[in-house]
Amino acid sequence: MLIKKPADIPSSEITPKSLYLNRRKFLAGTVISGAASVAGMSLGELAEPMTVQANTKVEGIQESSFSTTEKITPLKDVSNYNNYYEFSTDKYEPAKLAKDFKTRPWTVTIDGQVKKKQVLDVDAIMKMATPEERIYRHRCVEGWSIVVPWVGFSLSELINKVDPMPKAKFIEFTTVLDPNHMPGQRTGVLEWPYVEGLRMDEAMHPLALLCFGMYGESLPNQDGAPLRIVVPWKYGFKSAKAIVRIHFTDKQPINTWNKSAPNEYGFYSNVNPNVDHPRWSQAKERRLGEFFKRPTLMFNGYDQVASLYSGMDLKKNF
Amino acid sequence: MIRWFKPIVFLACLGPLARLGWKAYNQALGANPIEVITHSTGDWILIFLLITLAVTPVRKLTGQLWLIRYRRMFGLFAFFYATLHFLTYIWLDKFFDIHEMLTDIAKRRFITVGFTGFVLLIPLALTSTRGWIRRLGGKRWQALHRLIYFSAIAGVIHYLWLVKADIRKPLQYAFVLGVLLTYRIVVWTLPKIRAKKSAALSPQT
Repeated sequence: MLIKKPADIPSSEITPKSLYLNRRKFLAGTVISGAASVAGMSLGELAEPMTVQANTKVEGIQESSFSTTEKITPLKDVSNYNNYYEFSTDKYEPAKLAKDFKTRPWTVTIDGQVKKKQVLDVDAIMKMATPEERIYRHRCVEGWSIVVPWVGFSLSELINKVDPMPKAKFIEFTTVLDPNHMPGQRTGVLEWPYVEGLRMDEAMHPLALLCFGMYGESLPNQDGAPLRIVVPWKYGFKSAKAIVRIHFTDKQPINTWNKSAPNEYGFYSNVNPNVDHPRWSQAKERRLGEFFKRPTLMFNGYDQVASLYSGMDLKKNF
Repeated sequence: MIRWFKPIVFLACLGPLARLGWKAYNQALGANPIEVITHSTGDWILIFLLITLAVTPVRKLTGQLWLIRYRRMFGLFAFFYATLHFLTYIWLDKFFDIHEMLTDIAKRRFITVGFTGFVLLIPLALTSTRGWIRRLGGKRWQALHRLIYFSAIAGVIHYLWLVKADIRKPLQYAFVLGVLLTYRIVVWTLPKIRAKKSAALSPQT
């Protein structure tokens, strides 16, 4: 296992990304184009997608005691293998399709049962608290997982600043609706815009992250720029991307996947090896880059959230 | 058809495997190589099943009777990719964990139906030789080989049942399969209806 102190070596420094990607692209390009022309195959089909964006470095990142010491998944995998149905249901497509997606100007509407209703600029939100690097395990409901050095701060920082009313028991996140720039939203695969939600005590848990960066830099578009939620003890789809609205409510939000298939995707969707998806087992997962599957951990290994669900039947509240 | 044409088609049918091998060699299978291999071999099973099922209608409709000589090869390639797909599952996905596989086959309906589709292809591959056609007799051999319809239906259902929300691709396969099966229903029923009609129309005396 790699023991790494994120504050000493920010992950953005480990590999000069643009350099090695360009070099690899060049090498791969010469070899593949030669062979591909012989085989009569198209270059785009063979070449690995290598979408690199000009991301800005996030300044003043602090390390966090919530970070895992597990091996970080390479950036090229995290930024080229995305479940982002707003762009495409193909995991390799969002990296290409989100390239020109505009994330500025960008505002987030805070409304519902909250005292300080307001429209916040995303750049103002990013300055609300000190950015931290949180190296989290991330487990997809499909059975694969990654380890990502996210950048952001606890969602509770923002919630506390906007002063929710006592009757606000839930918090609902809405992803941007922009079918002109998000081709997936022109299909009826899911109901748009994408909606996710958390119970207030879940949202207030310090692990729940308001995220605007990864690998020391701003988020790539295909990973949910400019602002997303990361809830590491829940399946990945609970972590809404590109959010434009945070709504405080006394009613349990109906999240998009729950609406799409209520018997398969619940509101809670905590990572749980003992509760199978109706169509597949959740007992194991494939960590990207590893050959053998590994056992999936209860709450994705974040046991500190267990008390949020004491007394609840997690088979029923899946 | 020209003599060298068949080996070329044979090599072309190996193309999807060569492409996967090439990508694997160049580490260009992306972030989740095993998933790519599983999905790619799965796609090619369905494609080859549909090509196999298209041979008869295309042959009859275009009069290109020589096409029949390629049907067995296409069918065997469907079986070939099905075997690879199945091997990927038992080796790369389940790592030969028999207990886990049996639970899967019993419990997960998309695995159950996919496994059924694969098993149905085994007798067809085994009896695909001239010797077996002779031993079984044309009629019985043909009846046995109608199992391909059920195998293809099982394959499409397997795909439909495994996707999360985007059923567009499985529906495309379902549509093509629907057309190919409808052709057969029409071919079987039309002569019977005509026979009845002509019987009814024939003069009574």
